[in-house]
Amino acid sequence: MGSAEMCRDLAPEVEKLLLQPSPYVRKKAVLTAVHMIRKVPELSDIFLPPCAQLLHERHHGILLGTVTLITELCERSPAALQHFRKVVPQLVHTLRTLVMTGCSAEHSVSGVSDPFLQVQILRLLRILGRNHEESSETMNDLLAQVATNTDTSRNAGNAVLFETVLTIMDIRSAAGLRVLAVNILGRFLLNSDRNIRYVALTSLLKLVQSDHSAVQRHRPTVVECLWEPDASLSRRALELSLALVNSSNVRAMTQELQGFLESCPPDLRADCASGILLAAERFAPTKRWHIDTILRVLTTAGTYVRDDAVANLIQLIGGAQELHAYSVHRLYSALAEDISQQPLVQVAAWCIGEYGDLLLEGTCEETEPLQVEKEEVLALLERVLQSQMSLPATRGYALTALMKLSTRLHGDNNRICQVMSIYGSCQNVELQQRAVEYNALFRKYDHLRAAVLEKMPLVERGGPQVDEEAKESKEVAQLSEAAPLPTETQASKLLDLLDLLDGPSENAQHPPPLDPTPGDTLIHLLDLPCAPRPPAPIPNLKVFEREGLELNLSFVRPPGTPTLLLITVTATNTSGGDVTHFICQAAVPKSFQLQLQAPSGDTVPAQGGPPMTQLLRILNPNKAPLRLKLRLTYDHFGQSVQEIFEVNNLPVETWQ
Amino acid sequence: MIKFFLMVNKQGQTRLSKYYEHVEINKRTLLETEVIKSCLSRSNEQCSFIEYKDFKLIYRQYAALFIVVGVNDTENEMAIYEFIHNFVEVLDDYFSRVIMFNLDKVHIILDEMVLNGCIVETNRARILAPLLILDKMSDS
Repeated sequence: MGSAEMCRDLAPEVEKLLLQPSPYVRKKAVLTAVHMIRKVPELSDIFLPPCAQLLHERHHGILLGTVTLITELCERSPAALQHFRKVVPQLVHTLRTLVMTGCSAEHSVSGVSDPFLQVQILRLLRILGRNHEESSETMNDLLAQVATNTDTSRNAGNAVLFETVLTIMDIRSAAGLRVLAVNILGRFLLNSDRNIRYVALTSLLKLVQSDHSAVQRHRPTVVECLWEPDASLSRRALELSLALVNSSNVRAMTQELQGFLESCPPDLRADCASGILLAAERFAPTKRWHIDTILRVLTTAGTYVRDDAVANLIQLIGGAQELHAYSVHRLYSALAEDISQQPLVQVAAWCIGEYGDLLLEGTCEETEPLQVEKEEVLALLERVLQSQMSLPATRGYALTALMKLSTRLHGDNNRICQVMSIYGSCQNVELQQRAVEYNALFRKYDHLRAAVLEKMPLVERGGPQVDEEAKESKEVAQLSEAAPLPTETQASKLLDLLDLLDGPSENAQHPPPLDPTPGDTLIHLLDLPCAPRPPAPIPNLKVFEREGLELNLSFVRPPGTPTLLLITVTATNTSGGDVTHFICQAAVPKSFQLQLQAPSGDTVPAQGGPPMTQLLRILNPNKAPLRLKLRLTYDHFGQSVQEIFEVNNLPVETWQ
Repeated sequence: MIKFFLMVNKQGQTRLSKYYEHVEINKRTLLETEVIKSCLSRSNEQCSFIEYKDFKLIYRQYAALFIVVGVNDTENEMAIYEFIHNFVEVLDDYFSRVIMFNLDKVHIILDEMVLNGCIVETNRARILAPLLILDKMSDS
């Protein structure tokens, strides 16, 4: 109650009331002050002076209020903190009197004198002593005294003790004192009262960062607390146990934690599983142990692990060369027993796919060799595919694994082919796509199958596994898109030459529209020029002239394809005699690709008759300067003429 | 800092509730139901401290009555546990009869003990002093 404005207005009033003779009023005034400060921190200056005086009160109620007030002040402003460091001795004295002198009847709670006040003072001392050497030193004795003298048989005493421990942990206390604190907590842990054990576990959790070794001593007790029926207690114990795992006790601890995992309530399972996996990652003594541990976690609590656990495990197995056979055997047996745990199934499917050949060899030094038949393996993977419990992702894994097995295992692949064709019409789009791609691999690209499906290289951490699989599929997809264009770049390279061709016209009859660069497939498919495009404004070039026979080149750069250049060679004959058996051949530098199309005819009639044209297609992927060499052979005036020349002065636009 | 103080019977009905931090009315009922559910479902074997959202709940059962206190992280749970007991003892001292007939007096007592979320007075005599004066005045 009381808004900020009200507080500001009433602040002076309250200050006056603080000095009133009646303790009742003062008590109330102090707490009003606390509230005001919470609302309007600027008022804290007004309340600083009276505090020191109020501390001398004997009235516990006022003391309690004052201590709270000072606590608030100190929490809000470091300046106040400095100011109040002076009162530490006073506080110490008060507390000491409380502890030492017998209890006054009115304040004692079950044998401990005013535990509430003690707790408050301790808390204030904690705030004052934090990071401050001097105050901490003054407090040291007192804290030790409180710790030893307080009666712990009753809860009140325990409350005080707990606060003491918290204070010891926070201030710069002597090492001996810290050890004392940890021991007190250890004692708490053994106490039968659950509440006390709970607070002990909580504070040990805070301590474990700074005093790791001291807490380690209590490890067995902590592990026992794991088995508590109480949920909050077991959760705390779990967190603490996970924090206590280090390289020396990792095997024992994981053993315990795995036992716990099997029987713990579902809400803790996720935390436990991820905790175990994390600990295993940090402290695994051997790779084999690591793989074993993860395997065990996956079998017991597979559904609760985090998503990247699968990827991590795959990466781990991939990295451990020597353990491939071992892992695949173990995973196979685990899978054969139970196909419901999805992460396990995924990892197992991947492994079987990659290392199926090792599985069938049947020899493995580290575990009992299984005699596994090829049919069994396939049957298992098919079961996974068909099972209701499998997620689509799992099915994807199984499908890919089946495919990989087609290269790893010897013998015919009918069964696998069948599966692929069935899944070609699957409802799930992802699966269907994969199946279709794999089908294509079987039918048209059988020669590529082995290369595409060979063992995967080790992936770096951070790159998700899915990418690798996706990349594989993408490459296959591109190949299948290029199916109507079976010839690859190999064919076109034949046309590249600096030397001359023999009879390019045969090739030119059926020019396969090429596309070596993936991704541009579709564009080029659409781009089959049958008729000359609208001419780009590149000037024609006259390249040859002899006895009335003229050769002109006209250039077209189709706008959609920057690397393509179309040249039309026009031969005109203004002489009196026909030119017969006219053959024009062209050559370009190696980086270009050239296609010659069929000429309109091989006779250029005389006297300005219809010219002969021939189309050249030049692809210039590297945008290199174009060089063109032409060779002409024809008969003119009864003579065979052969001309070879390079075209000079090619306009820049032809190749830029 | 104490955030709220609840007294609940075994059937789950709130007998008394006091909030030291403003919570909207409709949210209060929701809060209370959830808190009560978690406390009532615990057996005797379990620990009295529960973590709920960003509070800690400390509860204690007395016959048919549950007393639940919600605090923030800074408080010492055991001290609050003691406080609950202290409170009940004060009530015992004052009321010879059943509490439920005098809820207003219970509020007064609680106000004497806790102000704005802080424990201010734990001395039984001093807490009951104003009440006794009031009683005397109403009698005469």
